[in-house]
Order: sequence, then C-alpha cells, then structure tokens
Amino acid sequence: MKKYSLLLAIMLVVSVFMSACYGGDSAEEQNENNEGNESGETASDVPQELRVMETSAIPAMDTILASDTISFTTMNNVFEGLYRLSADQEPVPALAEGEPEVNEEGTVYTFKIKEDAVWSNGDPVTANDFVYAWQRALNPDSGSSYGPYLMEGKIKGASEVYNDGAAPETLGAVAVDDKTLEVTLEKPVSYFVSLMAFPTFFPQNQAFVEEQGENYASNAATLVYNGPFVLDNWDGSTDGEWTYAKNTDYWDAENVALEKVTFNEVKDPQTAVNAYEAGEADITSKLSSALVPQYEDDPNMVSWLEPTVFWIKMNQTNEALQNINIRRALALSINKQALTDNILNNGSIPANYAVPKEFVTNPDTGEDFREANGDMLEYDLEAAKEAWAKGLEELGTDTVELRYLGGDTESAKLTDEFIADQLQQNLEGLTIKLESVPFSVRLDRDEALDYDLQFAGWGPDYLDPISFSDLWITDGGNNHMAFSSEKYDQLLKDAESTYANEPGKRFETLQEAERVLLEEEAAIIPVYQRQANILVNEKVKDFTYHFVGPEYSYFPVSIGE
Amino acid sequence: MVGYLLKRIGLMLLTLFIVISLTFFLMKLIPGSPFSAAAKLNETQRAIMAAKYGLDQPVPVQYLKYMTNVLQGDLGVSFQFSNTPVTELIAKRIGPSATLGLQAMIFGTIFGIILGVIAALRQNTWMDYGSTLVAVLGKSIPSFVFAAMLQYFIAVRLGWFPVAFWRGYEYSILPTIALAIFPISIAARFMRTEMIEVLSSDYIVLARAKGASSFEVAFKHALRNALIPVVTVLGPLAVSLITGSLVVERVFAIPGLGEQFVTSINVLDYPVIMGTTILFAALFIFVVLIVDILYSIIDPRIRLSGGEN
Repeated sequence: MKKYSLLLAIMLVVSVFMSACYGGDSAEEQNENNEGNESGETASDVPQELRVMETSAIPAMDTILASDTISFTTMNNVFEGLYRLSADQEPVPALAEGEPEVNEEGTVYTFKIKEDAVWSNGDPVTANDFVYAWQRALNPDSGSSYGPYLMEGKIKGASEVYNDGAAPETLGAVAVDDKTLEVTLEKPVSYFVSLMAFPTFFPQNQAFVEEQGENYASNAATLVYNGPFVLDNWDGSTDGEWTYAKNTDYWDAENVALEKVTFNEVKDPQTAVNAYEAGEADITSKLSSALVPQYEDDPNMVSWLEPTVFWIKMNQTNEALQNINIRRALALSINKQALTDNILNNGSIPANYAVPKEFVTNPDTGEDFREANGDMLEYDLEAAKEAWAKGLEELGTDTVELRYLGGDTESAKLTDEFIADQLQQNLEGLTIKLESVPFSVRLDRDEALDYDLQFAGWGPDYLDPISFSDLWITDGGNNHMAFSSEKYDQLLKDAESTYANEPGKRFETLQEAERVLLEEEAAIIPVYQRQANILVNEKVKDFTYHFVGPEYSYFPVSIGE
Repeated sequence: MVGYLLKRIGLMLLTLFIVISLTFFLMKLIPGSPFSAAAKLNETQRAIMAAKYGLDQPVPVQYLKYMTNVLQGDLGVSFQFSNTPVTELIAKRIGPSATLGLQAMIFGTIFGIILGVIAALRQNTWMDYGSTLVAVLGKSIPSFVFAAMLQYFIAVRLGWFPVAFWRGYEYSILPTIALAIFPISIAARFMRTEMIEVLSSDYIVLARAKGASSFEVAFKHALRNALIPVVTVLGPLAVSLITGSLVVERVFAIPGLGEQFVTSINVLDYPVIMGTTILFAALFIFVVLIVDILYSIIDPRIRLSGGEN
C-alpha cells in the first residue's frame, strides 16, 4: 500500500505543477463572458465581443517586415495609413485629411494628415512618421521584402536607396511640415492612393521604434498603435491567442463598436468548424473545399469571389511549347467546368481570362474588366484536337512528353491529377509526367525554368489590372517561362507612360494586352478563379472582407442579438 | 559510477555534434527559398535578402559560423517569424507541448501498467481480452482519427469539454487522452508479456509458497522485474510526446512545438529547423541516459560501470 500512496503523492504534485503552466489567465474571464452571452440581454447591451479563428499566429507586427495576410490584417486593424479599404473595396482617406493634391503630371502627391490623429502613447502622428517608415523599409539591413517590392519603380529614388546605397533622404517622400507629406513618384501611378492602404506604407513612430530598438514589435507592449484597436494581449509571433481592445484615442473611436476581439490560431479547418458549431468562436477561417458543400444552403456562410486566379504556365524554352498550336491545343483541352464542379466544389469558377472577374472596373464606364474582354481560351475539344494535330505536324513528331510541376498538398494533387488526365485523354500522343513538390521548391524551379508545365496562381497586392498584366512582360520578375512578345511589351509600355494620365484609355490598353496574351499567344492556360467561404455567426453585423492586402476590417463590425 | 557518467556525457556531446552537423548539411540540400515573399521579389532583391541572412556564403562557411554561434548559445533568428530569436520561439511553444506530453505520459504509463498487470494476473479471462482489445485499438487506430473522434463525440456532441484552444486545465483533457492512448497500449502489451514470464519464475513461486497474497506478489515482487522492457520503450516515447504531436496539436488547435517544427521544414526556416532538431536530439540522448540509470535502480543486478570490459 505504501507504494500506492507514494504514487498518489507524485501525481498530486505533478498535477498542481501542471495546472500552473497553462497560459490560462484569460480562461476565467472567458467563461464569465460566455455566461453573459447566454443570459438573454437586449440588443443595446449585448457584449461587443467577437471571437475569430485564423490559420496562423501573427508572423510580424513590424509593418515593414510583414509579408503575409494575417500580419497585414492585424496591422489594418491596429494601425492606420493615409488610406483604408472600404467595405466596397474602394480606398477611402483615413489618416489623410481628404484627397491629396496631385500635380498635373500625376507624379507629386501632397497629403494632409488629420490634426487629431495620435499614437496610443499620446504622440501626434506626423508626416515624418511616414518618411521614417518608408526609409526604413528601403534599408537593406532591415530585411524588408515588401518595401522594395512595392516601392521600387514607383516612388522616386527607391531603387537607388535600396540597391545602390543612396542616402535615405534622397527618397521622394518628404515631410514638408508636421502634417504635410509630399511624395514624388518615378512616373504617374494611377492606383497610388490604393497603395496607401497597404500596411507597408503605414507610418511608424520614430522615437518609439528607436527607443525599443531590437525589441520593437516583439510583443503587445513594445508597439505603439494609431488604429481603431490596440493589441491588448499578444506575446509575440509564436502566440496562438491574441486580443484586440478598442483604442479610445483613435480619432474615429465613436464609430467603433467592438470592445474586444479574440483571435485563435487554428490550423485544421475541421477544428475551426467544430469550434464554430460548439459556439466557441464566431468566425471561422476559410473553409476547405471538402467542408463547403455541407454549408451550401446555410445563410451564415459568407462567400465571395477572390481576385485570385490559377493558371498553368507553359515554359517556352521547351521546344514543343514554343509552338503556338501546341500551346493553344493544351489550353483548349481542359474541361474547367468539370474541375470546379466536381473536384474543387467550393464555388470557384472556371477562368477563361488572366485578369479576374469582379476585381477592377473601367474608370470611365464603370464596366467590369471582364465585360469588354469576355471569355478566351474556353474549353473546346474539337478546336483543341485540330490545333494539336497541326502542331504535331509542324514539329514533325507524333508524341510529346511534358513534365507537369504542381503542389504537394492533398487538394493540389487532386487538381493536378484531374488536369493531367484531361490533357492526356484529349490530346493523342501526349504524355504528362506529374511532379508534386512543396511550394518553396516550386518557386526555385520556376526561377530556374526547370519545368515544362507549371500549375501556379496569383493574388494581387493592389487594386489595378497592372498587378496581373506586368507579370508577363519580357524578362519580368515573375515571367519565368521565357514568354516574350513585343506587342505585349509595347501595350504595357503605352499603358504605363503614354496613357498614364488617361485612366480609361489605359484600362482599355491593358484589356488589349490580355487579348494578346491569351488569344494571340496562348501564353498561359487560365484554369479557375477561387471563391472564399467562411462561416460567420448571425449575431455578427457588417462583417467586412477585402480583396487585396489586409483581408478583414473589424472596426465596422458590431454584435447584434 | 562517476567515471561511467563522464564517459557517457562525452559520448552524448559527440552524438549531438554529429546530429547537428548531419542535419545542417542535409537541410541545405533541400531545394527552395526560405523567404515567404520570394515569389514577388526580383533577383536583386532576393540577393540582398540572402546576403542579409548570410545565405550567400558557401555552405561550409555557413556551417562554421552556425557552429560558432551555437557554442555561444546563439541559435539565430527565425525567417518566418520576423527575426524572433529561435530560443524564444521554442521556449514559448514548448510549454503546451510539454504539459500535454507529461500528462499523457503519466496517465498513459500508469493506466497502461495497471491494464497490463490485470491482464497478466487474470490471463485468458474477459479482463485479459478487454485489456488486449484496448491495447490493439490504441496501437492501430491512427491518432488523427482518434483525436477527431474524441473531439466530435465528447466535445461537439456531448459538450463535456471544450472543442479546441489552450486556455486552462479543461482544455488539456481531450488532447491528453488522445496522446495517452499510444503509451497506454505500449505499456499494457509489454507489461502483460513480461508479467506472465516473471510470474512463472522460481522466486515468484517461492513468494507464493511463503504465503504472500497474489496482490502482494504482483506488485511487490513481480512488477519491478517486469518493468525493465517497459522503461526501455517508454523513455524515447516520452521524448516524442513532450516535444509535441503534429496531429493532436492540429486537431485541438494547441499552440505547440510539433506543428511549428513541421511548418518550419515546409517553409525552410533554417534556424528554427536546426534549433528544434538540437532540442529534440539533446532531450532524446538525455532520456536514454536516464533510462540506463533507471535500470540499475529497478534491477540491482544491472550495475553501471565504466569501461572495464
């Protein structure tokens, strides 16, 4: 019996020790709140608290270092830039007092900053905060990737500062006075204000950042905020649970309803749905395909077409793929409808285009980009076979073998197998060798042009068709398929220079460029445009998502009955 | 004993050195770029990023630099988590993993041993078959199925425990059970087999002849000898439980180390891969030593002595 009591004692000690090591200081609070929720209150005093699930912890809170949507989303809610995205996906002035003054050439923007905008430590938000953050983003020692990516070629002097070690002060961003920021551009950028809603362009409080040094942005206490919320509880980029609290110093605080937002990292989509169903959270992360059909008729499922397009890149260093008929045959032989209906089954739609639907509209007519350009490279088995035969004849062969590079996730494999099967079945003499590799490997092989066909996708970072169009210019940073068309390059150049200040003309030129890319050149095979689906509790009012950069805004949200 | 321990510790350090070196070079063989925004950067921008993190150097130079830093206790900073020091990253994430692992280990071992002993004492009765069934199921049902079933039936349907997250003791119960099923089945199977063998040995017959109760025989005389193989397998198992389970952490949304390790490999976060490997290897080597020491405590016939063979 002695042994038993010893065992018991050990177990007791261990369990006391262990109950001390949960990160559970918020646990009791949480329970109280839950009880509050259940006790049927009136709409006016429903606790304004929201519980959200995200797919990862927050990797970065230093605006210049972030490169992922979860960081961008958090920044969008606890910080603020000159502009914000509205619920209608329009950039609207935020820290900027009204629209900026723009010179005639469209190259100098003068922004006035709101007088009453302050940081959460009481400092006013000044023009210098922007200058400081942007210069920091272009310092190679900072390790920013989005800084050079978004600024080079747009803001004057950005390239020289980043690449050639030019003095940071030569950057075309100057604080004229405390509340006036003057930005000089390399060339007119018609979507420049929409970039100002992107977190990389947000201000940083120089005194605070320098005081924190290495520790800056390493947890909630080493940050200073100027947005609708503050990070109330965040223990650094490994923290699986974090909370926002309303920022009472925010200039528009009276229009922010939520008092508290709790976030949890949930990697498994099924877990997210289970937690939602059990009432432990109000908003799920994006549902995986397999979960979508069971909620198809559920009014609480919120769905929207993302401006993310998936396509197959055709590497033109491959001899067969240099042939336009072969490329066209491949492009015409995939039944995309069958793919989106049977394999994806999540509301994604077939893409017969390179610039997505419901993304941008013609500034003159308000027409969607797709209205005038319609469908191109639609599934057409007859035409595909015809082009294939012609192509083979021109090549002087009757068999072609192509390597197909795809992702290694379960859903990527299903899609790739379907496509490979379609191609082989529909085009006689074609053999596809499927290679499934992790994302980072695919990027490497993309850069090295070490593939024949590659399944890839693109989500834009700003609201302009050029974010898709400039992928395909000769030797473009993302071309990586040896595609080169003088006509295409010329159209892009026209759009960027000749028509830089004629938005309607520019838009039409980019539409023409897409026609060249697909109809004349069959350079890529567009496959589908993705739909996002998430579950949102019916109590949540004015849930707001965005197409580019940050994914969600929580300040318009309130909790109803 | 002291000489033996010193020798063992020397060997442990050598093993660790080899593990670190091998992992480093193997890791560098994985193709791909560690920068998440790599797809959006042009070549110059990528080169500048690589230079910042010392990735433009030849691999042997990177290795020497890394080893020098490790000797000074510096494991570097994570790429994927905006320059967070790796030590901090691991320190924060190991809490939930270790808590679950220890709980599962303690619960699993005790429950498994009891199950095994009962099965051995009541051989070929329903109790024996029942315990064998538990052991076989525990070993053969994949943990993602078991964890998902626990979550669905106990948490979603019955509402007895929270579905997910990590906020307090009640949040740890289902993941602990999900993790414990494996040590239970291992301990029960080994215990039963060993116990049956030990129970038929001479000294047990003697103990019985002296009139000891069967309970006393089992727990006072037989258990100790039967424990040795169990300890051998459970030691390394403890390490893998403490360092976190990818599956259980995913299913119950636990912010632990298991998930993070796998992610770091997928995105080629070199410093995190190395740091986590060093931790796992060191723990493993240490536990093997502890197991050896435990042998001599459990079975006085095994004596630890250094090199006079």
